[in-house]
Amino acid sequence: MVTIENVTYEIKGKLLVKDVSAHFEKGKINLILGPNGAGKSTLIKLISGELKPTQGNVLIEKLNLQQISLKELAKFRAVLSQSLELSFPLNVHEVVLMGRYPHFEGKAKAIDLEICEKSMELFDVKEMKNRNYLTLSGGEKQRVQFARVFAQIWQLSEGKSRLLLLDEPLTFLDLFYQYNLMKKIRAFINSNPDLTVIGVVHDINIAAKFSDSIMLLKDSKIFDFGYPNNVLTEKNIFEVFKVAIKNCFEIE
Amino acid sequence: MKSNSIGIAFLFLLVLLSLISAKYGAVEISHQEIWNAFTHSLQGTEINNLNERIFIQIRLPRVIMGAFVGAALAVGGVLMQALFRNPIVEPGLVGTSSGAAFGAALYFVLGATLKLNLGEWTLPLAACIGGIVSTTFVFYLSQSKKSNKSSVVSLLLTGIAINALFLSGVGFLSYIARDPQARSITFWNLGTLSGSYWEALYFVIGVTVVCLLLSLRYAKQLNALMLGEQEAQLLGVSIRQLKIKVLLINVIMVSVATAFVGVIGFVGLIVPHLLRMLHGSDNRFLIWAGAMLGALVLTASDLAARLLLSPAELPIGIVTSIIGVPIFIVLLRRTNYFF
Repeated sequence: MVTIENVTYEIKGKLLVKDVSAHFEKGKINLILGPNGAGKSTLIKLISGELKPTQGNVLIEKLNLQQISLKELAKFRAVLSQSLELSFPLNVHEVVLMGRYPHFEGKAKAIDLEICEKSMELFDVKEMKNRNYLTLSGGEKQRVQFARVFAQIWQLSEGKSRLLLLDEPLTFLDLFYQYNLMKKIRAFINSNPDLTVIGVVHDINIAAKFSDSIMLLKDSKIFDFGYPNNVLTEKNIFEVFKVAIKNCFEIE
Repeated sequence: MKSNSIGIAFLFLLVLLSLISAKYGAVEISHQEIWNAFTHSLQGTEINNLNERIFIQIRLPRVIMGAFVGAALAVGGVLMQALFRNPIVEPGLVGTSSGAAFGAALYFVLGATLKLNLGEWTLPLAACIGGIVSTTFVFYLSQSKKSNKSSVVSLLLTGIAINALFLSGVGFLSYIARDPQARSITFWNLGTLSGSYWEALYFVIGVTVVCLLLSLRYAKQLNALMLGEQEAQLLGVSIRQLKIKVLLINVIMVSVATAFVGVIGFVGLIVPHLLRMLHGSDNRFLIWAGAMLGALVLTASDLAARLLLSPAELPIGIVTSIIGVPIFIVLLRRTNYFF
């Protein structure tokens, strides 16, 4: 689905991503791990199209990302980011409806409203649909954002495979919701096999439990990339994070 | 309340208020005279009755002008607050009204010495050019090659700086002007609808309607912008293009409105807030409802401006502030309104 070829990103003479090449498969959750400043977020922004690579290409289904317009891209690519604030008061369902904006002109169609309902149901925010977003707690706001972003890529648009990017969306959430939301992403991808998930999370346990492949970044380069069991070894983690671990524990 | 019923209520109030406003003033015009004035002008016969002529040539254009200028200012406020993601923004903030004031002041002080004279269109033209020049100035100065990030904030700050510059220009012109000229400048800066005539009205209606319809097209994109520039871009919005288009609509609409009636403050600031308290901040609602409430507020203010010191007349900018500010503050304190 997503192929990155020799991607380098440089800003003001500083290399944030150095010659990274990789292929991310459809129907898989691909997670990126690495210490602060390793270039994880930059890599996500290069794949989402927010940043243009200084060198190299990002291909989405063999199509160069630069050739896809912002509007087209928004129909099949969504990004879940860290907590968002609104500049003005808006009801929850209006925020969720924004996820459908790329799909309709003028007034929302029945299908758009239906998708919003389903998405709100999935993330347990339906009962607060008429509440002001600004009065919600941090965790509630983030669930509303999940509902908005999933509404954006709820179904295939013009037969294009979908892409979901995670830019540390679990930050500031408690343990319960971190696992709860990752489980929902897993369940969603199982029933929508054309979806590709590429993301950054901070927690190694979550990465180990929910990913199909792991990319370890160190000093703006790929340190290791492959199956979680092969990548998340004590040796690799020590070399990348400078933290010695005994054995990974797992949560059921 | 449903947005449809808000719309119907506004429309009803607007029609009612316009009729009252057309009837009362320095001269009260009877229903019979209003009716005759309409039928006569529809039949194309000449109107001889003085009150009928006052109604057709002075009162009616004035009332309609008030409504459209109010609509333009309020929609400008909605657009600018949405674009800057900031609740304190007024439509004139990007330099439009201070530039227009400077253009008008230049005309008052130097107009007599200029060769170019377009009759009653000279002042609006000077103001309009002033507004457009200062806004263009703000726009170019705020464009930095180094970073594209938070360019909206730099636009806001440049606007404040340029506003200060042009207002000091107006101050300077008032200082060197002779007394009657200085009075004209002051009066124009407080706004008045008294000079409205039909030709100007057609122009203002045309520009306002076109700009209003265009801005409705960008309502969704402005909504997405509430999440931040980055998120809006991820929803397919080109921030640069949106910024240019919305600014252009605002500048044209506000500078044309200001050009004919002077600087009328506060309407563009409070109307969007009143509507947000009433029905939330969805721009798809705020734009058309803003046009209606803006029209309502300015029609009411104009009526008050004519009646409070009747037969003399208050500058309308004073009325919008004296009545608008207390109401606004009371509402802000009463409702749990987040901004």
